[in-house]
Amino acid sequence: MVVSFKLNGIKREAIVEADTTLYKLLRELGCYSVKCGCETTNCGLCTVIVNNKSVLSCAVLALDVDGAEIETLEGLESEALEFGLCMADEGSEQCGFCNTGFIVNVVMMMRELDEIDRESVKKYLAGNLCRCTGYQGQLRALEKFIERKRGIKI
Amino acid sequence: MKYVNTSIRKKDAIQLVTGQPVYTEDIAPKNCLVVKLLKSPYANAIIKSIDTSIAEKVPGVVKIVTYKDVSQKRFTLAGQTYPEASPCDRLLLDKHLRYVGDNVAIVAGENEKAVLKALKLIKVEYEVLTPILDPKEAKDNEILIHPEESWFAQCPVGADNKRNLVASGCDEDGDVDRIMSECDVVIERTYKTKAVQQAMMETFRTYTEMDNYGRLKVVSSTQIPFHVRRIVANALGIEKSKVRVVKPRIGGGFGAKQSAISEIYPAIITYLTGRPAMIIFTREESQTISSPRHAMEVTVKIGADKDGRIRVCDMYALSNSGAYGEHGPTTVGLTGHKSMALYSKMEAFRFKYDVVYTNVMSAGAYRGYGATQGIFALESCIDELAEILKIDPIKLRFQNMTREGMLMPAYYGETANACALDRCLEKAKEMSNWDKYYPAKDMGNGKIRAMGAALAMQSSSISNIDIGGMTLKLGDGGFYNMIVGCTDMGTGCDTILAQMVADILDTEIDNISTFGVDTDVSPYDSGSYASSTTYLTGRAAIKCANLMREKIVEVGSGILEKEASECEFDGKFVFESENVENKVSLADIVTKAQSSPVGQLMVTVSEQSTVSPPPFMAGVVEIELDKETGVVEIINFSACVDCGTVINPNLARVQAEGGIVQGIGMALSEDVVYSKEGRDYSNSFMEYKIPSRLDMGEISVEFESSYEPTGPFGAKSIGEIVINTPSPAICNAIYNAVGVRIRELPATPVKIVEGILEKENM
Ligand code: FES
Ligand code: FES
Repeated sequence: MVVSFKLNGIKREAIVEADTTLYKLLRELGCYSVKCGCETTNCGLCTVIVNNKSVLSCAVLALDVDGAEIETLEGLESEALEFGLCMADEGSEQCGFCNTGFIVNVVMMMRELDEIDRESVKKYLAGNLCRCTGYQGQLRALEKFIERKRGIKI
Repeated sequence: MKYVNTSIRKKDAIQLVTGQPVYTEDIAPKNCLVVKLLKSPYANAIIKSIDTSIAEKVPGVVKIVTYKDVSQKRFTLAGQTYPEASPCDRLLLDKHLRYVGDNVAIVAGENEKAVLKALKLIKVEYEVLTPILDPKEAKDNEILIHPEESWFAQCPVGADNKRNLVASGCDEDGDVDRIMSECDVVIERTYKTKAVQQAMMETFRTYTEMDNYGRLKVVSSTQIPFHVRRIVANALGIEKSKVRVVKPRIGGGFGAKQSAISEIYPAIITYLTGRPAMIIFTREESQTISSPRHAMEVTVKIGADKDGRIRVCDMYALSNSGAYGEHGPTTVGLTGHKSMALYSKMEAFRFKYDVVYTNVMSAGAYRGYGATQGIFALESCIDELAEILKIDPIKLRFQNMTREGMLMPAYYGETANACALDRCLEKAKEMSNWDKYYPAKDMGNGKIRAMGAALAMQSSSISNIDIGGMTLKLGDGGFYNMIVGCTDMGTGCDTILAQMVADILDTEIDNISTFGVDTDVSPYDSGSYASSTTYLTGRAAIKCANLMREKIVEVGSGILEKEASECEFDGKFVFESENVENKVSLADIVTKAQSSPVGQLMVTVSEQSTVSPPPFMAGVVEIELDKETGVVEIINFSACVDCGTVINPNLARVQAEGGIVQGIGMALSEDVVYSKEGRDYSNSFMEYKIPSRLDMGEISVEFESSYEPTGPFGAKSIGEIVINTPSPAICNAIYNAVGVRIRELPATPVKIVEGILEKENM
C-alpha cells in the first residue's frame, strides 16, 4: 500500500505493509535519530511529532500517517538544538540513546504548555525513560532552557 | 587552560544531542541478513531431534545453524582477562538446554518476516528433564546442570560441575569464632537480592561482515572489544587473527555488555555465508536471555560490644549464577570484601560463599558487581545492630568506619591511602533533613516521613590483572590523536582521558582527537568494567602524555641544536630555557620529523596497577511512606562521594545521579519473577518497572575528595559505587517509618503492608 505524507517538510511516498510501524518506516527513510527501547509503548525513545502532537512511533501504523505531517529530530533543527546544547552543558546527554525522543518531546512540550512549572514538566516528560542520568541532569538542562525561553525558574 | 576538574562538554555531545547515526544499528550495511534465535520452552531439556528442512524452504531464509554445526570446545561469554575465572561451560549451540530461552537454533534470512516464519517451522523433539530452580537446592543435587565431560574451569575457584558449583570458598582473617563468643551482642540476619536487569536503553546488538581483507569484522555495542575478539574466535573455533572488533557509540551498558551476549550469533552466520548479518535483541530478549545481577542470599553475623565497637563479622553468600557461570566466581568476592572493609576496625572477619548453577537465565556483571548485594545486607544489618545497641545508626557508623590510613584486612590487606568516608557521611547528613525527621515524623495525613542512611565502597580496576592502554600520535600542524581501547558507553571516558592528556601536553582539548575502539588499531585495554577507565586507563594517559612531551622536547631540542635538558615545551613551542627566543613551533617539529628519519612521533603505553583504591560514599534518603497503601515515595536522596580528584564534575555528578536512581529501582520496584516452570515473567518494561522521572524525588550529589597517590591527578573511580547505597538506605528508612524490616528486595508496597499488619497482630 502506498502512503504519502510530509516528512520534515518534504513530501514523501512509501510502500508499506499493513503491519509496518511508523518507527520502522522512519528508519527505512533514513531518520536514524528515531530509536526503539521497548516495543511496548513504555520508554518514549521512539517519540516523533505527527500533526503537531507527540506520538510513540512504535505504536503507530505507517498506514495511519497517510496525509500527515511528521517531524523528527532531523527536521527540528534550531528548536531542538538549543535545548540539546543545554543538555550537553550539563553532561546529561550521557549515552545519548534516549536523548532524541526526549528532545522531541521537550520541543512539543514548549509548543503545547503555556503555563509551565517543575511538576508539569516532570509529568509531561514522564513517559521518556532514561537509564543513564537519573533524570536530575536532564532537569537541570530544562531549568536553564526554560529560564532562557520563558524567563521563569521552575 | 587547565581541563582537569572542569565540566567541559563531552567530545561526542553534539553528535548525540543532534541524533546523528552513531550507534551499531545506524551504521550497519543495508543488506545485512536478519538473525534471530529459536529458544527453548523448557528450563531443562535435551534436544532429541531437530529438523530444519521445512524451515529452510521458506523464501528468503539463507542459513539455519543448529548444535550439529558448531565447535565442541567449551568457552565462556564472560569478558574477563584470560584465563577467565568463569568456567568454560558454553557452546555456541548446545544439545542440552539449561533454561527457558536457551538457544536452540540460529536463523538468518533476507528479511524479518521470513526469519520469523522459519523459526516456527523448525521441528524440535525435546526430552524434558526436571529443572533446579531454587539455588538452595542446587549444591550437591543429583540433577546436574552441567553433567558434560567437556566442561572445564581454568582457574582454581572451587568450581565443580559434578556438584553444580561455579565457585566455592572461604576467606578469613583473625579468630572469628573466639571473638564472636566474647562479644556482648551477636546479631545474625539473612537478606535477599534479586536478579535485577541493567535495562540499558540500547538492547544488545551486533553486526558482522567480512572486511576488505577477508577477515571477520564484528561491530558491536560492547564494553569489551578485546575480550569479544577472543570469545568470538573461541566460539567459532577460528584463529583470533581472523577477527576484528569495532565499538561504535553505545547506548548504555552498566555491565550487561561485559559479557558477549549477542556477538557470536551473527558472527557464525557471516563466517558460514560470507554475508553481512545483524542481530538486534528485542526488549523481551534483553530481559530474558541476557546477563542480569546475580541473585544472592547473604547471611550476616556481627559481633559487637555494648559500647558500639564492632569486633567481628562473619558472612555467607549463596549466589545464583543460573545456567552458565559468567562472572559467578568473581562477583561473589566483592560481596564480602567490598562490604566488610567499610568497617576495618574489626578484629576478624570471615567470608564463605557458594556460587551455584540453576536452571534460570545466566547472571553476569551489573554495576556494583556483587558489592551491591553485600552492602545491602551489611548496611541493613548495621542498622539492625544499632537498634539493639540503642545507638544512633550514623553514630555507630562513625565509630566503626574505615578512615584514611587504616589497613583494610577484608579488602585484600590494602591500606586506605585516600579515604574521606567520614567527611562523606558528615556531608550527606548535613545535606539531608536528618536532624529534622530522623527517625520518623508522622505527617498527620496517613503518611510518615522517615530517614535512612548507608555507606558504600567499591574499587578502581582489577589490580594485577587488567590493563589500561593508550596511544598518542602527533599529527600535521601539531594536533594529537588519542587512541584508546577502553569503551565510552556514555560514561564520558573519551572526554576525561582527553582532559588529562590536554593538561599534561599544555594544549587545547579540541587539539586532541579521540578514537575508540577498533581492535586492529587501538592499544590493548581489558575494557570498561570494574570501575577501571578513569583510574587505570587514566594512569596510562598520564604516562603516555608525559612520554610524548619528552619526545617532543627531544626532537625540538635537536632542531635547536641543544640538549633536551636545556629546553622546555609550553604546548606550542620547544624553546631554550636560557634563551626563550631560540624556539621552534610544534607544527614545525612535526614537519621536520615527518620529512626526516625521525618520522612519526608516537607513544603507546600499557598500564597495570598493583592496588585498587576504593572510592567511598554515603547516601541518606528521606522517604514518605503511606501507611495505608505501603507506597514509598522518595522525597530526597542526598549523597556524598569520595572518588578522589573529580576529573569532570558534570560527568561525575550525572554518573552518581544515574546510579542512585538505578539503585532506587532495585530497592523499590525492579523484580525478576519466574513461574514454577522457570519462565521469566519480567519480560518487558510493562512488567519490569524501572524508575521514571516521577519516581526519584530530588537527587543531590556532592563530592568530598581525597587524593589518591597512585591515581591520575589523584583520581579513583565513580562508575559503580553509586548504585550501592539506595537499597540499604531506603530499607533502613522504611524500618524507621513503620518498624517493618524488609530483608528481601524489592521493598514493594505489598511487603510493607503485610509487615505492618503482621506487627499489628503481634
Ligand atoms: S519503543 Fe516506542 S515507546 Fe518504547
Ligand atoms: S542517556 Fe542513556 S538512556 Fe538516557
